[in-house]
Amino acid sequence: MAPALEVSNLTMDFGGLRALDSIDLTVNHGEIVALIGPNGAGKTTFFNCITGIYNPTAGDMRLVSPEGKAVRINGMKPNQVTENGMARTFQNIRLFQNMTVLENVMIGRHCRLRAGIPGAVFRPPRVRKEENQLIEDSYRMLQKVGLEKYVNEFAKNLPYGAQRRLEIARAMATEPFILLLDEPAAGMNTQETKELDDLIIRIRDEEGICILLIEHDMKLVMSLSDRIYVVDYGRLIAEGPPEQIKNDPAVIKAYLGEDIDA
Amino acid sequence: MFNVKELKKSILVSLWFMFLTFPIMVIKVNTIYKTIEWRWSRMAWVGVGSFFLSFVWRALLRKKEMGMKQAEEGQEQKVPLTQKLIHDKRFSRPALVIICAFALIYPLVFSLYQVNIMTTALIYVVVGLGLNIVVGLAGLLDLGYVAFYAVGAYSYALLNHHFGIGFWTALPIGAAMAALFGIVLGFPVLRLRGDYLAIVTLGFGEIIRLVLENWNEFSFGPSGIANIPRPGFFGIQMNLHQVHTYIYYLMIGMTVFTIFVVRRLQDSRIGRAWMALREDEVACQAMGIDKTKTKLSAFALGATWAGMGGVVFAAKTTFINPASFTIWESIIILCIVVLGGMGSIVGVICGALILILLPEYLRAFSEYRMLMFGAVLIFMMVFRPGGIISDVRKVYQFKGLNETTKDQ
Repeated sequence: MAPALEVSNLTMDFGGLRALDSIDLTVNHGEIVALIGPNGAGKTTFFNCITGIYNPTAGDMRLVSPEGKAVRINGMKPNQVTENGMARTFQNIRLFQNMTVLENVMIGRHCRLRAGIPGAVFRPPRVRKEENQLIEDSYRMLQKVGLEKYVNEFAKNLPYGAQRRLEIARAMATEPFILLLDEPAAGMNTQETKELDDLIIRIRDEEGICILLIEHDMKLVMSLSDRIYVVDYGRLIAEGPPEQIKNDPAVIKAYLGEDIDA
Repeated sequence: MFNVKELKKSILVSLWFMFLTFPIMVIKVNTIYKTIEWRWSRMAWVGVGSFFLSFVWRALLRKKEMGMKQAEEGQEQKVPLTQKLIHDKRFSRPALVIICAFALIYPLVFSLYQVNIMTTALIYVVVGLGLNIVVGLAGLLDLGYVAFYAVGAYSYALLNHHFGIGFWTALPIGAAMAALFGIVLGFPVLRLRGDYLAIVTLGFGEIIRLVLENWNEFSFGPSGIANIPRPGFFGIQMNLHQVHTYIYYLMIGMTVFTIFVVRRLQDSRIGRAWMALREDEVACQAMGIDKTKTKLSAFALGATWAGMGGVVFAAKTTFINPASFTIWESIIILCIVVLGGMGSIVGVICGALILILLPEYLRAFSEYRMLMFGAVLIFMMVFRPGGIISDVRKVYQFKGLNETTKDQ
C-alpha cells in the first residue's frame, strides 16, 4: 500500500482563527478514504488547502504518483496541482453552466493537451488528431458516468444528480490518480445515492484512482470507505476503519454532544 | 388583451409622460419678444405616442414571460428563427454566396461615399471581433479597448513620420505593439474581475488618450499627425476613387481573415479555456487551466485586432489625432459586441453594420441619434439579452461512435 497523498502537520489560519490545526492524513493507492465531521469543522478548507486554492500557514503536502514520483505541492497553483494528478469536485456545483456537457469534459482534458495559439489557427494534422481524440475520449468519459444522452445539452439544464456526476466526469478527464469529492451525494435521493456509490467503486476498481471524499451521508460513508478521518474544530479527533469510527466515543461526542451526567 | 386594466395602465403611463415632458415639449420661451409659447398640440402627441408604446411594451413583455414559462415547464423550446437559418445549410450556403458576391461588386455599384462608410463599418467589424475575444469569450469587461486601436493607429503614423515605414510593414508592427500593450494592461489586472476590471480598463484607455494629447514631443499633441500615406499597391499610382476602392477590398480581405482566425480560436483548446474562464474562474483553475496565461492571451489577441484596425484607420483617414480615440469609441465597440451577441461572430458582424451604418443613413434624425441609441439598447437588453444573434454552440454527433462501442 503505497501512499498517493501524504499530508503532515497541515495548519491553516484565517487571521486569528485556526481553521485547521496540524492535520495528518494519508491516502494510499487503491483506497477510498472519507473525511467527515460536523458542519464548519474545516473539511472543505482542508480540500482548498491541498488543491492550492488556499496557501496553508504550515505543513507539508506531497503527491506520489503510482510510478513512485513524489511531488511537494505546497505553494502550487490549483492548475499545477491538477497537472500533478489530483482532481477535485466542488461542494456547491461549479460547472461551466453555459457550455455543453461535452465541452465541460473537454475542458477537463485541457492540461493533458498541448495545442497552442498557432496550433489553433493553422490546425496542423497533429492538432486535428488531438482534437478528434479529445472529442472521442470525452464522449467515452460521459458514457462511463452514464451521461451520454446529454452530450449537447447545456450543463445548466441538467438534473441535479446528473450535474454532480458531470462534475466527477470533468474531474476524471484530467487523468488524476487521486480524486477529491466534496459532498458528492449532497441533495441526492436514495436511488441517485445508490448509483453514486456504484460509480465511486467503479472509478476505484476500473480506473485505479484512489478517492478522498467529504460526505455527510453516513450510510454511504460507512459502506464505501476503507478508512475514515474525523475532524472537529479543525482538529483530527479520530482515524480508522468504519467499524472503529462508529464506536469511537470522541466521534459520538462531536456529532451528538456530551451527555450531561457523563 | 384589450381589457380595462391594461387600458388604465397605459393611460397612467401616458399621463405620466405628458407630465414629465411638459417643460421641454410644451413650454418654449421666446427670448426676443419675451413671451412664452404654449405648444399644447405636442403634449397630445406625447400622450398618444406613449399610450401606444406602453401598450406594445407590455404586450411584448407578456410574450417574453410566456416563453420563459414554457421553457421552465420543460416544453419543447422554440429554436429562434435566426439560429435555425444559420444552421440550415440549404439556407446558409446560398446566403453566404450572395453576401460574398454583394461584398465584391459593392464598389462597382455604389458611390464613393457608400464605399467609404462601408469600409469604416468593416474596420469596426474587425475591431469588434477582437473585443469579442476579450468580452464575449473570456468574459473580461474591457472599457478601454479603444486604447489598443489608438496604439495601432499611432504606431503606423509615427513610424511612417520618423522612419518612412510603409503600410504593409506597419500592419504587423501595429498589431504586435497593440498585443504588447494588451499584455502590459493584462498583468496588473490579473486579479481583478467584473466591475473592478471595468474601472481599471476604463482608466487605462483614458491614460493612453491623455498621454497622446499632452506629450507633444512624442505624439504632436491634439493637432495630431497629418499626411499619413494610404496603403500602396506595388507602387501603382491611384486616384482618390481607386484608392478608396482598394482600401475597401483590403478591409474585406482583412475581415475574412479575422473571421477565419477568430472562428478557429473559438473552437480550439485555447478558446475553450477562455470560455471556462468566463464561466467560473475557480473551477477553471481546478481543471488545470493556467489562469494567468489564459487571461493574458485573451488580452493580447483581442488587442491585436484593434491594432490592425487602427493601422487601417490611420491609412484610410490619412490624419489622426487623440480626438478619434475617446471613451465614446470604446463604448460603441462594446455596444457592437453586446448588441450583436456576445461570443457570436455573426452577431458581432451584424452589430457593427447596424451601429455604424444606420447613423450614416439616418442623418436626417441625427439630433435624435443618442435618444434612439439608448432606446434600442434598453429594448434589446429587455427582450433579447443574448444580442441580435446569440452565441451558437457546436453540436457533436455520435452515431458512429455509439455503434462501434456497442460492437466491442
